[in-house]
Amino acid sequence: MRIPCPHCGERASEEFSYLGAADPLRPPPDATAEAWHAYVFLRDNPAGNLREFWHHVHGCRRWLIVTRDTRTHAIAACVDPRA
Amino acid sequence: MMRLAAGGLIDRSRSVRFAFDGRVYTGHPGDTLASALLANGVRLLGRSFKYHRPRGIMTAGPEDPCALVELRTGARREPNTPATAVELFDGLEAQSQNRFPSLRFDLMAANGWLAPLLAAGFYYKTFMWPAGWWERVYEPLIRRAAGLGRASGLPDPDTYDRAHLFCDVLIIGAGPAGLAAALAAGRSGARVVLCEADARLGGRLLAETCEIDGQPGAAWATSTEATLRAFPELRVLTRTTVFGAYDHGTYAAVERLADHQPFPDAHQPRERVWRIVAKRTVLAAGAVERLVAFPGNDRPGVMLAGAVRCYLNRYAVAPGQTAVVATGGAEGWRTVEALAARGIRVAAVVDRRAEVPPAQAALAQRIGARLFAGARIGATRGATNLRTVIVEGATGGAQRLTADLLAVAGGWNPQVQLACHLGGRPVWDETRAAFLPPTTPPPGMEVAGAAAGRFGLGESLRDGTRAGSDAAVAAGFATTAPEPPSAPDDDTPATPIWLMPGRKAFVDLQHDVTMDDIALAHREGFRAVEHFKRYTTHGMATDQGKTGGVLGMAAMAALTGRSMAETGTTLHRPPSTPVAIGALAGRHRGKDFRPTRLTPGHAWAAEQGASFVESGVWLRAQWFPRAGETEWQQSVDREVLAVRNGVGVSDVSTLGKIELAGPDGGAFLDFLYINMLSTLPVGRVRYGAMLREDGFVLDDGTVARLEAERWVITTTTANAARVLAHMEFAHQVLRPNLRVAFVSVTDRWAQYAVAGKRAREVIQAVLEHAIPDAAFPAMACGTFGSARLFRISFSGELAYEIAVPAREGDALVRRIVAAGAVPYGLEALGVLRIEKGHPAGGELNGQTTARDLGLGRLLSARKDFIGRAMALRPALLDPARPTLVGLRPADRRTRLRAGAHLLPRDAPARIEHDQGWITSAAFSPTLGHPIALALLTNGPARHGERLRAHDPVRDGETEVDVVEPCFVDPEGLRLRG
Amino acid sequence: MSYSVFRLAREALRGQVGWKPAWRDAAPKPGYDAVVVGGGGHGLATAYYLAKEHGLANVAVLEKSWIGSGNAGRNTTIIRSNYLLPGNERFYEWSMKLWEGLEQELNYNTMVSQRGVLNLYHSDAQRDAYARRGNGMRLHGVDADLLDAAQVRARHPYLDFDNARFPIRGGLLQRRGGTARHDAVVWGYARGADRRGVDIVQNCEVVGIDVVNGKVRGVRTTRGDIVANKVALACAGNSSRVASLAGLRLPIESHVLQAFVSEAIKPLIDGVITFGAGHFYISQSDKGGLVFGGDIDGYSSYAQRGSLPVVEDVMEGGMAVLPMLGRLRVLRQWGGIMDMSMDGSPIIDRTPIAGLYLNAGWCYGGFKATPASGWCFAHLIAHDAPHPAGDAFRLDRFVTGAVLDEKGVGAQPNLH
Repeated sequence: MRIPCPHCGERASEEFSYLGAADPLRPPPDATAEAWHAYVFLRDNPAGNLREFWHHVHGCRRWLIVTRDTRTHAIAACVDPRA
Repeated sequence: MMRLAAGGLIDRSRSVRFAFDGRVYTGHPGDTLASALLANGVRLLGRSFKYHRPRGIMTAGPEDPCALVELRTGARREPNTPATAVELFDGLEAQSQNRFPSLRFDLMAANGWLAPLLAAGFYYKTFMWPAGWWERVYEPLIRRAAGLGRASGLPDPDTYDRAHLFCDVLIIGAGPAGLAAALAAGRSGARVVLCEADARLGGRLLAETCEIDGQPGAAWATSTEATLRAFPELRVLTRTTVFGAYDHGTYAAVERLADHQPFPDAHQPRERVWRIVAKRTVLAAGAVERLVAFPGNDRPGVMLAGAVRCYLNRYAVAPGQTAVVATGGAEGWRTVEALAARGIRVAAVVDRRAEVPPAQAALAQRIGARLFAGARIGATRGATNLRTVIVEGATGGAQRLTADLLAVAGGWNPQVQLACHLGGRPVWDETRAAFLPPTTPPPGMEVAGAAAGRFGLGESLRDGTRAGSDAAVAAGFATTAPEPPSAPDDDTPATPIWLMPGRKAFVDLQHDVTMDDIALAHREGFRAVEHFKRYTTHGMATDQGKTGGVLGMAAMAALTGRSMAETGTTLHRPPSTPVAIGALAGRHRGKDFRPTRLTPGHAWAAEQGASFVESGVWLRAQWFPRAGETEWQQSVDREVLAVRNGVGVSDVSTLGKIELAGPDGGAFLDFLYINMLSTLPVGRVRYGAMLREDGFVLDDGTVARLEAERWVITTTTANAARVLAHMEFAHQVLRPNLRVAFVSVTDRWAQYAVAGKRAREVIQAVLEHAIPDAAFPAMACGTFGSARLFRISFSGELAYEIAVPAREGDALVRRIVAAGAVPYGLEALGVLRIEKGHPAGGELNGQTTARDLGLGRLLSARKDFIGRAMALRPALLDPARPTLVGLRPADRRTRLRAGAHLLPRDAPARIEHDQGWITSAAFSPTLGHPIALALLTNGPARHGERLRAHDPVRDGETEVDVVEPCFVDPEGLRLRG
Repeated sequence: MSYSVFRLAREALRGQVGWKPAWRDAAPKPGYDAVVVGGGGHGLATAYYLAKEHGLANVAVLEKSWIGSGNAGRNTTIIRSNYLLPGNERFYEWSMKLWEGLEQELNYNTMVSQRGVLNLYHSDAQRDAYARRGNGMRLHGVDADLLDAAQVRARHPYLDFDNARFPIRGGLLQRRGGTARHDAVVWGYARGADRRGVDIVQNCEVVGIDVVNGKVRGVRTTRGDIVANKVALACAGNSSRVASLAGLRLPIESHVLQAFVSEAIKPLIDGVITFGAGHFYISQSDKGGLVFGGDIDGYSSYAQRGSLPVVEDVMEGGMAVLPMLGRLRVLRQWGGIMDMSMDGSPIIDRTPIAGLYLNAGWCYGGFKATPASGWCFAHLIAHDAPHPAGDAFRLDRFVTGAVLDEKGVGAQPNLH
């Protein structure tokens, strides 16, 4: 795969490491056990577009959010969440 | 001799000597091994997989299912190499394979008599009784019989390379379509890469007699190559096979740099794998001839009609002296013409059509060939070579014809594999009688020429020109398509698939799959294309079913009454041609498999004769043997006692070091660590532990506050990279508003632990600075010139860690030793920390909680931190969890080993009595007996208990006493010393 | 029709015309006592044991494509029971026991070949971790031997002992480990289930799960609606997609794992060898091909294909441990979709929906689990209670924290 890093340009996927879905948001400290369980363990795992974290380890070292179709690997977007 | 007197693209001025099965022959540069063997009258090359039937040369390309040999000898032996793809070189040695004792007389051919028994999938129905016989009796027999060539079994002596290319337009294949595409794309100024598997450009032009722009095809290819090489941005890679299409315009190709030589030149890689990233791609890989199924279609002397033309025209070799040509249309008649033009007798033409066009009938008459219209091949005869062809006429009745060559025109399969590698399925086209590229090829790819089913030369050239021009435009170059090279449009009608059932009508020549096997698969319900492929192993041999694959599908389609489109094909996946494992690995082998990291003090340690050990990708000094020490244990004991009784120095540069700065650094550290760190004063160090978000321990280390807004933290060697990524996630994603910045400085600093009651004198001598305890107490940190000093102790002794810029590390350690410190290595470091009960690798295994490791007191209830919520799950709070304890052998003598399990003394060795395991063990020279750390269920409540340490895999069985994990100086008086 | 050498000989004499289909290509009925979704090894084994062990034969296996088209047909065929954690070890050993009698049980030669599985170690820490594992296996009554470097060299002299970046120090050997013929397992269970009355329905994709008042009532498929009060999901890489039809989210991500086979060669490597300082494992099939693989590609994917960097990584691992592989050629490569769970261990459990059962999370280890997975899942479906061999595989373990994290890498599926 080639990932279009917003800082470094299009780069080969082995420059990056993968974490997983970007959408579950970390609950507040006092959230329920169910909310924490859902955040840490449950995944939509869609066959289709997925917003996911990739870390540009051998580049800018930014954690990027890539929108990618898990059936075709087509990348619709790659953004730095801070930007 | 079968070499024709004239013609061909071989260099007759030079001769090349080569050996096959020990006999020496000669050929010419430009030959393949196959053409040279044919020129020498050698037609029997090997034995088939299952029935050991004699097999010869069927094609003139790498797709050959039969002509497999072991190429080269010794460590360079390459099994299963198609002789049709081997360029002849002087000194080449090849051997036939899968025969015993010899190729001509093969005892295993007895399998042929058993053929009725050895039908598809027979092994699934037998060899089940008696139960234990499979591994002992049946399987070894099958394994010995299976396989084809022999691997060398020796390390590959050659080297391989991997490299990257980026281009605007990648053109795969340099036949007529590919050359036309390259002309069109190249003139736009685009960066073009043209890959051709052959050593020469031209593709089928080299095998046919045709004209382009008034020149012979091969000459046009040569002049076109000159034009292309003049384009400054165009690169031609010959002997290069593109074998895989991957995501986002990435292709993989293998360039055979030295396979046409006896062995590579000095420093030359044998092969190179290119990773090519292309904006656009033109797939012009051409087409491969397919087989015709009829009884005895495997006999040496049966050859595909297009291959016959190739041997005649390109190699000037007569594949036989008396030919029969079997065809269903114009394709075979072209071969008839070619044979006649070269003066080879055509005994007969067998045309499946009842009505043969008059021009073709006239040709037969003119050359004196008998014409059988509406006929079929009934059988072939001949022991190891074709002697007789039996033709069955339209009205019945069989004719026996003497011939040593049977040229069969089975039609062409477009080479669509690369267009399907991203999941597209080929589409059956009835009019072209072929599977065409999928409607959705990989993004950016266009398929042109014969690969797209455009078999005519004129249309192929026009298609290539258009595709090349379109690709350049799509890649952003303003250009218009040039006038395509001109060639006649021989509107060759498609050749339909031709199946003539009967015994031993093979659809897969290498795996010995027959029409009968397909029928059996059908009968037993294996009708889905993947089911019958797997059941019969059809198309799974080294030729990947390139010549025969479609025949099996056609046979199944005929049996089920479904169309070819409904029957479908199997998926295509990389590699489209088998690729050497060594080439894909490139230079990453032996010592270069992974990088080696050395600390700044490495050279010094090596001078001391240190024994080194891998610690991840680092090499670390394990111990420093001295004269008279014969066992490693002696060195380690001495080093430990040096620290306990005097002073020692150890290289701890491999620890991860991360420097933080910013006004919110304290808050960020509080979020990362389980304990409170924002309260750490400037000039002080604190131990801390981090959890993963799931509540288990990630890592531990120290945090030193150097200035009000500057900290340096350490991680374990193993987790340095993961902790940094974890911190970046925590900051960038979870706490983006915190004003903090950090960077790994692991490689920037050399760091040494100086430990022992005399550590202060050594440090003072090195720094030339007084550091009294009052001014620099335990857990103090500070800066002295270029050095950073931390008063932290892993050993429990009065100890410092001193860090200097990496370039000063070598000098520093020499000064430390000169000041009286004894070097100690990783082993002694481990003993010292086990004596102190500090958790490390064996305990920080990713499965333990802070409480398990005795760090529960650090868990702060006053703040949020990563992992806090999940650490509160009930199973993580269960008091029965294995928890850190110390152990010593009941007899104070028996060695303890990590990995032993702990059981109650009187309980039988069964899993229900398993209560924990030893995580780290050592001999303590300080105490004079072995000690260990362990994780024991309900650990803290069990001090004083006696257990069994059960270690059956090392025949160990020891009684141990459970004690506090800290064995030496539990009050911590020494480190304050 | 029973298979035997006598039957084979008789058929050989009459042109093999007497064979019948190994299983019926059934059309779906309007209703069943239980429906198993997924015609892979696990689903077919489940149906087989439901019929054989629990007398539940009014069962359909629904397969969206051809049976065995998922991971059952694309794996490296390794069987072993050399796990660290007791919750895993007892299950995989039960599976091994079932493998050991499978040919006779199914009257089908699944080619279970116990030529040993050897895990190499390259450091003292790795040796100790393997000792812990091997000792645990012994406590389960499972065979395990810790070999030193000399013993490994005697067994596999062609490994790189002399020029390796990470020298081989020894290995953990399970002699009863080995390989089995993957397609034969699918076909054998299919034939066995079919003979006991199970309907195997191919080209039948489940597109909906009917749930009424928290209870499952049936499935909707591309071949019509089917009523069933028990619906059992054995969908491997597609588990999340199918479970989502019932509104469930799972602790699973789908990832690609690649595997490779070389050209067939005469016997070269005996047993299974795994590299301990990189991602690589290898064995040789009875046909002669070297079958090998490595790490997962590392990102969520439903595309059954792999990426080039991982291809290269696997080959590097191969050359690091077996430098004789250099001139051998990779013939085929494939990618399967792994149901990677959050702790790397599987789930065989009820779901919050009554009558809906889940068998998932097999990561890259589902093949070896096939018999016990079917056995335990059938028990769960029949009795609505977990079988003791698989009772650690609970869905609520992520809530309670009783996770089975063999590698200790946490809730990140691509690291397991």
